[in-house]
Amino acid sequence: MSDDAKPVPYRGGGFAPRPVGLVGPIVFALVLGLWEAGSRLGWISPIILPAPSQALGALADLVETGRLWLHVSASLQRLVQGWVFGALLGVLVGFAAGLFSLARAGIVPVVAALFPIPKIALLPLFIIWFGIGEESKVATILFGTFFPTVISVYGGVDNVDRNLIRMGQSFGLGWFSIVRKIVLPGAMPAILSGFRISASIAIILLVAAEMIGAEYGIGAYILLAGNLMATDQLVAGVAMLSILGLTVSWVLGRIEKAVLRWR
Amino acid sequence: MDLHISDISHSYGATEVLRGIDLHITAGQIVCLIGPSGCGKSTLLRFVGGLERPRSGRVVQIGEPPAGCLNPLTYIFQDFALLPWRTAAGNISLVLEDHGLGRAAVREIVDDVLARTKLTDFRDALPRQLSGGMKQRVAIARALAVRPACLLMDEPLSALDSQTRDLLLDDLLDLWLRERFTACYVTHNLEEAVRIGHRVVVLSRRPGQIREVVDLDIPLEDRLDHPEALETRRRHLWELMREEALAADKELADV
Repeated sequence: MSDDAKPVPYRGGGFAPRPVGLVGPIVFALVLGLWEAGSRLGWISPIILPAPSQALGALADLVETGRLWLHVSASLQRLVQGWVFGALLGVLVGFAAGLFSLARAGIVPVVAALFPIPKIALLPLFIIWFGIGEESKVATILFGTFFPTVISVYGGVDNVDRNLIRMGQSFGLGWFSIVRKIVLPGAMPAILSGFRISASIAIILLVAAEMIGAEYGIGAYILLAGNLMATDQLVAGVAMLSILGLTVSWVLGRIEKAVLRWR
Repeated sequence: MDLHISDISHSYGATEVLRGIDLHITAGQIVCLIGPSGCGKSTLLRFVGGLERPRSGRVVQIGEPPAGCLNPLTYIFQDFALLPWRTAAGNISLVLEDHGLGRAAVREIVDDVLARTKLTDFRDALPRQLSGGMKQRVAIARALAVRPACLLMDEPLSALDSQTRDLLLDDLLDLWLRERFTACYVTHNLEEAVRIGHRVVVLSRRPGQIREVVDLDIPLEDRLDHPEALETRRRHLWELMREEALAADKELADV
């Protein structure tokens, strides 16, 4: 080997983030710790932002008086009803749009026209139609989850590998068999990621609807706390929403893992 | 059951792809279709199996498919077309489920074809766990499960590397020697054609017309003992294809 031999410089690597455990919880604990310390040392005024321990106290109060379950169950009921019916209708209509030319020609422009409307703007109309009770809130959530579900479902149906459908036809499978055994599982990844989006939209609409007219519910609780300048309760309410969102996304993650095991 | 293709012509929009194709597929024989890319050989195969309709001409079946046949015209696809969410066994049972055979009968057929294609150990594997060659074996097992009268193979080995291709070609030959199936085999690989075809049909460039039909009279099991004869045939086919392929290449460059 001659003297001017040198190793080839390494230029690869990077661009491949991998999961690093514990970092998330540590960042979380650090932020909360700084916040708590700031409050105790008097850097953060309790009127502007209560300490995490105060918010925790407000939450403990709620548990003691039994009002926590009252608020959470009222919210959960609306969320589940609105989301389940919205998603169910969305899947049906999305499949119709994905499978039939005539249905698609009718549905797609309507969806395009109605999807961008902030559904909360329609709440007054829903109150006139369905009254101030539960129905108008559920209808808002239902409407809000319906459109994104339709879009993700028919997009998912469109993206099913046409070769697989042709294979099904070439083996003489019936129409229903092809839809159930080839199109539905093939569209499942898109449907589930649509569910993630619609679930977040549902939580946003839930709080908005509860702020406009509700006795119980997390949104109502936050609004009341704000009106009374009870920032500790307000922060406790916001924390409940965060936990609700995390729980929903965890549940959907588990479902994805179970349903899409083949990937 | 024989298949007769009579006077098929077709065009996509202004592009004429096939012109006046007449062809007979005799029961128990493998007919290879070769031709330059874009000559319409895969399109012709889709007509034969009824997946697409030609503009004119028709495909008729002569005689009844053998008893117990569930799907007379059965494809084997270049990209395997396995459902990624079903196991090997699940992919095979998929094509049996609509026939009302009952659970036990379906299981019996699945076990049988898995054994015949030496896949028994892979019955619960998902497609993503299988190599290309194994995937195509599963697809062959699936095709055998419906007891086809005629296999329609659309470049079944073209997506595989050359070693796997050789192995699978040997498997197909073994299978033919045991079962004497009928097949229409589309390929652009001349070695494959002279190894497995009883009759090789050379299509011209677009619009595809039959340029020559070459009958190979050496029995399939003896082909490897006559390498010179095979080489002569292969070279003859290559001479036929060569001009067409060259011209087809230039045509594409013009577009």
